[in-house]
Order: sequence, then C-alpha cells, then structure tokens
Amino acid sequence: MSPSVPLQEMIRAIRSARTQCEERGVIQRECAAIRAQFRQADNEGRSHNLAKLLYVHMLGYPAHFGQMECVRMIASPRYSEKRVGYLGAMMLLDEKQDASLLITNSIKNDLSHSSQFVQSLALCTLACMGSAEMCRDLAPEIDKLLRSSNSYIKKKAALCAVHIVRKVNELGELFAPAARSLLSEKNHGVLHGAVVLITELCERSPETLERFRKSVPELVHIMKGLVLSGYSPEHDVAGISDPFLQVRILRLLRILGHNNEVASDAMNDLLAQVATNTDSTKTAGNAVLYETVLTVLDIKSESGLRVLAVNILGRFLLNNDRNIRYIAMTSLQKIVGTDHIAVQRHRGTIVDCLKDPDASVKRRALELSLALVSASNIRSMMKELLNFLSTCPLELRAQAASGIFAAAERYSPSQRWHIDTILHVLTTAGGDVRDETVPNLIQLITTASELHCYTVHKLYRALLQDISQQPLVQVACWCIGEYGDLLLKGDCQEIEPVQVNENDVLDALETVLQSHMSSPTTRGFALTATMKLSTRITENVDRIRSIVSIYGSCIDLELQQRAVEYNALFKKYDHMRAAVLERMPIMEKNSTGQTNGETTGELVKEVQPVKVIQGQPPTQPPASQVCDLLDLLGDSNDSGKPSSSSAQSSNNTSSPGGDLLDLLGGLDLMPPTPVPTIPVYEKNGVNLTLSCQKQSETSLIVTLTASNSTDADITTFTLQAAVPKSVQLLMKAPSGDHLPACGTVKVTQVVVLNNPNKVNLKMRIRVSFTSQGVAFQDTVQVDSLPECR
Amino acid sequence: MGGKMRFLLLFSRQGKLRLQKWFTPLTDREKKKVIRDMMMMVLARPPRTCNFLQWRDLKIVYKRYASLYFCTGLEDQDNELLTLEVLHRYVELLDKYFGNVCELDIIFNFEKAYFILDEFLMGGEILETSRMAVAGSLEEADTLQETMEEYMSRPAY
Repeated sequence: MSPSVPLQEMIRAIRSARTQCEERGVIQRECAAIRAQFRQADNEGRSHNLAKLLYVHMLGYPAHFGQMECVRMIASPRYSEKRVGYLGAMMLLDEKQDASLLITNSIKNDLSHSSQFVQSLALCTLACMGSAEMCRDLAPEIDKLLRSSNSYIKKKAALCAVHIVRKVNELGELFAPAARSLLSEKNHGVLHGAVVLITELCERSPETLERFRKSVPELVHIMKGLVLSGYSPEHDVAGISDPFLQVRILRLLRILGHNNEVASDAMNDLLAQVATNTDSTKTAGNAVLYETVLTVLDIKSESGLRVLAVNILGRFLLNNDRNIRYIAMTSLQKIVGTDHIAVQRHRGTIVDCLKDPDASVKRRALELSLALVSASNIRSMMKELLNFLSTCPLELRAQAASGIFAAAERYSPSQRWHIDTILHVLTTAGGDVRDETVPNLIQLITTASELHCYTVHKLYRALLQDISQQPLVQVACWCIGEYGDLLLKGDCQEIEPVQVNENDVLDALETVLQSHMSSPTTRGFALTATMKLSTRITENVDRIRSIVSIYGSCIDLELQQRAVEYNALFKKYDHMRAAVLERMPIMEKNSTGQTNGETTGELVKEVQPVKVIQGQPPTQPPASQVCDLLDLLGDSNDSGKPSSSSAQSSNNTSSPGGDLLDLLGGLDLMPPTPVPTIPVYEKNGVNLTLSCQKQSETSLIVTLTASNSTDADITTFTLQAAVPKSVQLLMKAPSGDHLPACGTVKVTQVVVLNNPNKVNLKMRIRVSFTSQGVAFQDTVQVDSLPECR
Repeated sequence: MGGKMRFLLLFSRQGKLRLQKWFTPLTDREKKKVIRDMMMMVLARPPRTCNFLQWRDLKIVYKRYASLYFCTGLEDQDNELLTLEVLHRYVELLDKYFGNVCELDIIFNFEKAYFILDEFLMGGEILETSRMAVAGSLEEADTLQETMEEYMSRPAY
C-alpha cells in the first residue's frame, strides 16, 4: 500500500524540531492547517488529514476537534476514508463521548455492507468502543453475522459478541446457540473466537455453564486433533500446532471441569496426554504445559494427574528461563495450601531461587519459602531465610523479617533457638521490622525464664556493638533493666562469662539516652531501665538518682514526666520503690499460630480440654472443640476462626515502662468498690455466678464462681467460654473441678478479656460436669456483662 | 472475569510512545497515568530479568525488540507465557508486512501498525491465529484501498 506522503512529510517536520518548544510550534501550525482542511467540504486528502491528526494525538496533544471529522469519514462511501475514520473513532471516541452515539447508525449500515472489509471495520470498532446502548442496539445484527457463511466475518462477529456480553450481561442468552454451532468449524480463527465466546458465556451464567458441559467431548476431540496433528505450516509455532487455540480450549475445559466429577473424568486422558507429549523446549510448548497444569489443578483430577502437574511445575523450577521459574513459583504458591506435601518435594529448588539475581523471582521464592516452613524443616529453612535476609534487596526486608518471626513463633524447636533467631533478625535487619515486634519479643523473653541470664547477656553485648537499630536497642534496654541483676552476676552456663560491672551497664544505658540516633521511645526504654536498676545494683544508686533528676527537665515531655515520677519514687515513695520495681510476672500471650499442613488438633492453651462426655467419642481433639464452641456464636456470621488467631500481643502490653506508670498511678486509690455479681446458671444443682472488674479501657477480668446446691458431690466440673470474634480471651486455670455437696467449697475460674474494638461483650459459657454418675452439659449465653467501675 | 489484555503499548527506550491500544474505556487522565507508570517500571528493569511484573491488580508482560518495548497489561487469569507469544506474533506480522521492520517504519506508518493489530487482536483477545490468514487479509484490504485511490485520482476524461 502506498505511503501517505502528506502524513509522512508532517511526521518528518515534527521530528526535525530540536526542542520541545519548536515541536509545539510545528504542531500548532499543522493543527491549524488540518482544521482548515476539515472545514472544506469536499477534498481529496481527507484521510491523510485525519491521519495527521491522529499522529498528533499520539504525541499527547489535544485532538477533540477531529471527532466530528471521524463521524463524517465513517459515513463516506470510500473505503480509504472509512478505514481512517473508524481508526479515528477508536482512538478519539470512547463510550463516554457523546459523539460516539452518532456513529451507531453508520456502524449499523456497515455491518450489512457488501464488502467484508467494510463489515470488518464496523465490527472491530464496535468491539473496541461500543457502549452498552450501542451493543443492545446492534446485538441482533451480530447474531445474524455469527451465522454467516463467511469465516472472516464469523470470527470477527464472535469477538464482537464477546464485547457485547461483557457490556450487557443479559445478551449472553442471545448468542449461546450460535456459539454452540461454531464449535464444529474447521477454521481456526472462527474456532478460537467461538471458544472465547463460550468461555465468556460460561463465566457469566451458571445455567449456560451447565449446558456447555455437554460440549466437553467435542472440545476434547478438537484438542486431540491439534495435539496429534502433523506439522501444519499455517498454524505451527515452534513445533506446537496453534498454541493459542490449545490454551483457550484448555482454559474452557478448566471452567467446565471445575467442581464437576463427570466433566473432569471426560478430560482426564487428554490432559495426561498433553502434559506428557508437549515439547517443552520453547515458550510455545511451555505456555501450553502451563495452561494444562493450571487446568489439572483446578478440576477434580485423579491424584496421579495432580502429581504429574506438580512435577511439571517442579521441572519448570529448574528451567534456565527465568520467566518459567517465575510462573512456576506463582502457581506453586496457589496450591501450597491444598497440595502441601507435593510442593514440599521441591523445597530445595525453591530455596535456591532465593539466590536468583532477579528481584521478581526472589520475591516469589520468599513468599513460597515462608509458606513451606514446617516443624520438620524449621532449622534448615531458617538458616536459608536468615542468609537471605542479610543479602536481600531492601524492598523485601520487611516482608522477610515478619515472615521469619511468624515462622519462628510457630515452629521454634526451643525457646533459646527462638530468641537467638529473633536476635539475629534484629541485628541484621533491625530497622525494617514492624513495630509490634518489640512487645512481642519482650513477652517471649519473659516466658523463657531459664534463659533470662543468657538473653540479657547476649542483648547487652549486641547493644555494645551497635545502638542504631531501634527495636534491638529497645528490647536490650528493657532486658537490662529487668534482668540487670543477672547480668551483673556474670555467670551463665550457656555463654562465656564476662565480668560486667555496674558502671559499664549504666554507661551503656546513658549512651543510649544521650545518642542522637535514639528515638524518643527508645530513650523512654533506657530511662525506665536505668530506674529499674536502682533496686538491682548496690553501689551506684546515687548515679541513677542523678541521671533521673537531670531528665526531670528534659524537653521531651514523655521523658520529663517519667523522670519526675521516678524522682518522686526516690524521694517520697522510697519505701515502695523495691516493690514497684520488682521483677515482672510472666506475661501470658493469648494467641497461637496455625500449623502448616498438619491438621491434628494442637492444644489451644487457653481453653480447658473437655473431659469425656457421655455419647461423644473419646478421641475428639481439643482443637475442634474450640471450633465447635465458636460455631455456637450465631452472631458472628462467618465460620469461626479461633478467637485468638491474631498474632497481636496480649492484653497488658502498653510499653513496659507504661505498666510501671500504671502501678504508680494506682498508688493513690480509693477503697475498692463492691464488684457486681450476676447469676448466670442455676440448674441441676450448679449455681454459677459471674462478676467483672474493669482493668483498663479495653480489658476486663471476669470471674466465674460455681457452687453445688445438691447434697451429692459434683465432679469433672469444667467451663468453656466463647466471645465475639474481635475480642481476645484468656482463661486461667480453674481452682478445681470438684464441687463438694452443699456448696461448702466453691470453684472459681478467671477469664481475661481484651476488647479493642469495644464491641458489645457477650459470652457463651458451656458448663459440663458429672453428678451421681450422670454427665451433664449445658450452654448459657450472657448477653451483656455487668458494667463495672 | 479473567482472560484478556487491558492495553498494549509500544514505546522507545527514550520514553516516546509509538502505539497505544486500549481494550477498556479509560479517561485520558487514566491513560496518561498508565503510560507513565509502564514506562517508568519497564525502562527501569535491568537486562536479563524476567519479563513479568506485578502492577496494581494486573500482570504486566513486556518484551524488548531492538529499540522498542512492547508492553501489555493482563488480567489475573491470563497465561503470561502465551502473552509473550502474542507479542512475538505481532512483531512477526509487522516484520512480514514492512519487510525487516524497524522503529522508523512504525513511526512513519503508524496507521498501518494499527490496521495490522486490528487484524490480529480484537477486544483484547486473539482474533486470528494463522500468520498467513492475517497477511492475506491485509493485502486484500490494501488492494481495495488502492483501487479506490487510483480510481479517484485518475483524470476525469
């Protein structure tokens, strides 16, 4: 086709402009000329003019004044003008423009033009920018064209129908019969269009999907033909016969076979054949294999076929081509929950991909590696992950750090290992960890009581090395304050002993206090730690006194407040200082992680296991008891996740320094107000009452008291409790499970609730016990807990 | 709903747009944002990295051919490997049509690049899988156009 000389001259002129300003000048002149030409009624170069305008538009300059010209050109009888006119419409008009409605009539006429190329222009434009209204208007025309004898038109009509269905869902019904008959076409273009149309119809309507399931054998037959056919020059791509069509058929089969045994069975052999026979040396073959794998994994396939599919992904992981490794990992990520064991087999390769220089591949490898951590591989996986953390790109560090923490929390083989791992992360990537790491770690350290000495020594040494990583410094300060006595004693069996004297420790804390690298929060930690040491050291208490008094005039309000209060503790309340600063109790955490792939119930700490109840199988795992209990909560609509599945820190963590202040705040108290008690259950001899005490804005202590009003003993008395989803619950151990006759001794059990969202507090309590050989179980719901001061 | 391309962009190493095809309606402002983001992301990629990226809720597939980047955005269900083949096919079609195509061909004959595209893709889906069929249709359409032009420019005696 001969080039458009006027167009090319203009392009040359624009390109020879040396500056942006010059270019703008050229464009302005050209646009003025184009405008003038548009105004002329009948001229030869109309299509060239519009083409020029479209070029200018592509450079980013405004071209709305060309919209009407497009409308005019489309209506012209000349093919060359129609062609550029429709192109202009696709570029300048979209369904949001009013002018687009004006071309509806032209399109309608052109759809039944004698020349297939004119028809094609109309179809193409409708499929590109047709609004819902235009689509509704012209749908019957399209349906007619779907039944034409001309393959060229049929294939275009099919994709036009796809666009119409996307715009106006209900019109799917109209096209279904024609789509069905197109499946018997031989022409690949038409067949491809038909498959795309059927896919679209099935995705949008379950009834249509049901009907098209009958076409599975036909699709399988077509696919077999493609796979087994010899070389066809027209459709061959790198040894695969029409991979585009194969992939679309596979995708349609996936939709039809999903959740349907019969359909899945019918395609099983074909999928196995494609999976084993497709040449995987080039991208085309791998594209088909990839789609096959996706299909196998999404339908109800035989286990053998599934294993085959996962193995293909495993082979992909070893492929030299990065693209293939990338998509393999994306797919494995999707199935790591359901086919965990199969994916585990490829763990080694996945972990190797952590070292891939490509950032996209690294990211996928990280996500997948974290998903594959389990109790059996935790040690080796952690080694790899920590290695990764020290060399990974910055944008992945936060994700890697949190993933490592989560994995460590769930699968630590020992507390010391856990603490070491966290310390390692803090020293390597301390700046990228999330905020809640600090209280979580502190809570963890308090529970590992045998390791306090070891931990404080390690942290102290880390602190001496580097005070720039804030989370590390905060944890270190807290530990030094809390366990300073252990630090100074010097002997610790797990670590080489180093003599630490009081002045060194105070020096370290003062360095943190004074450093410009320390954040205000960190300095708060350091000050409180210094204060705590006043009861743990013997010689340098005066030094502490002076540090604290200096900060009494600090500019930072928080520090100043603390310092003033600590001063007060030294002066007026010195008799209380030892008690106030003594060792903290172990903080209970009320969450557990979920285990990876292992489903046998892990005992959830807080809920007491239910003893055997008459009629229930004795081996029922406690975890399912928890779920059962939560299902009782009709108000939370979704199937219960354990109320304690968030890994957030427990009830009482404001910063530990804050706890101290709360204690001081509580020193000048009014006498305790009487706590309201309400009866909750009175049946079969058991009297259960409930009382609450407000601990803070969001936390509450509920005490359940049970007594026996019959004259026979009650045994195996247990309570379970469930609360709304957003509330965290922690049940302490009951005082006993034996209720002697006549209420001589009561059983109490404390439940601690944390209600951060301040939802209405309801509680469902399940009472179980045995009395005179008969087992009882009952449930009672408390709709609102009594308000308490 | 899965399975189609949202847009196809061709741009040079210097960030000049050579072709833009949109398969969903977007405002001019949204289009400009997409173009900016795509250029920024793709031009920043070091060599020998994989051809797939994640952007918002789309998978981005791009490939460099000489001085031009071919870049497309896919919905979640799409097969990225096949999309690489789609981009390659388009380049082959351009090459066949122009004979050893280069960026200048696409600059000076941009409308033809669109015509070729429109015989290959429609509504974000593949329209014709046979190279020969596409080439054949283009030839016929061009002949029709020329015939008309010749006819129109013949002296009227």
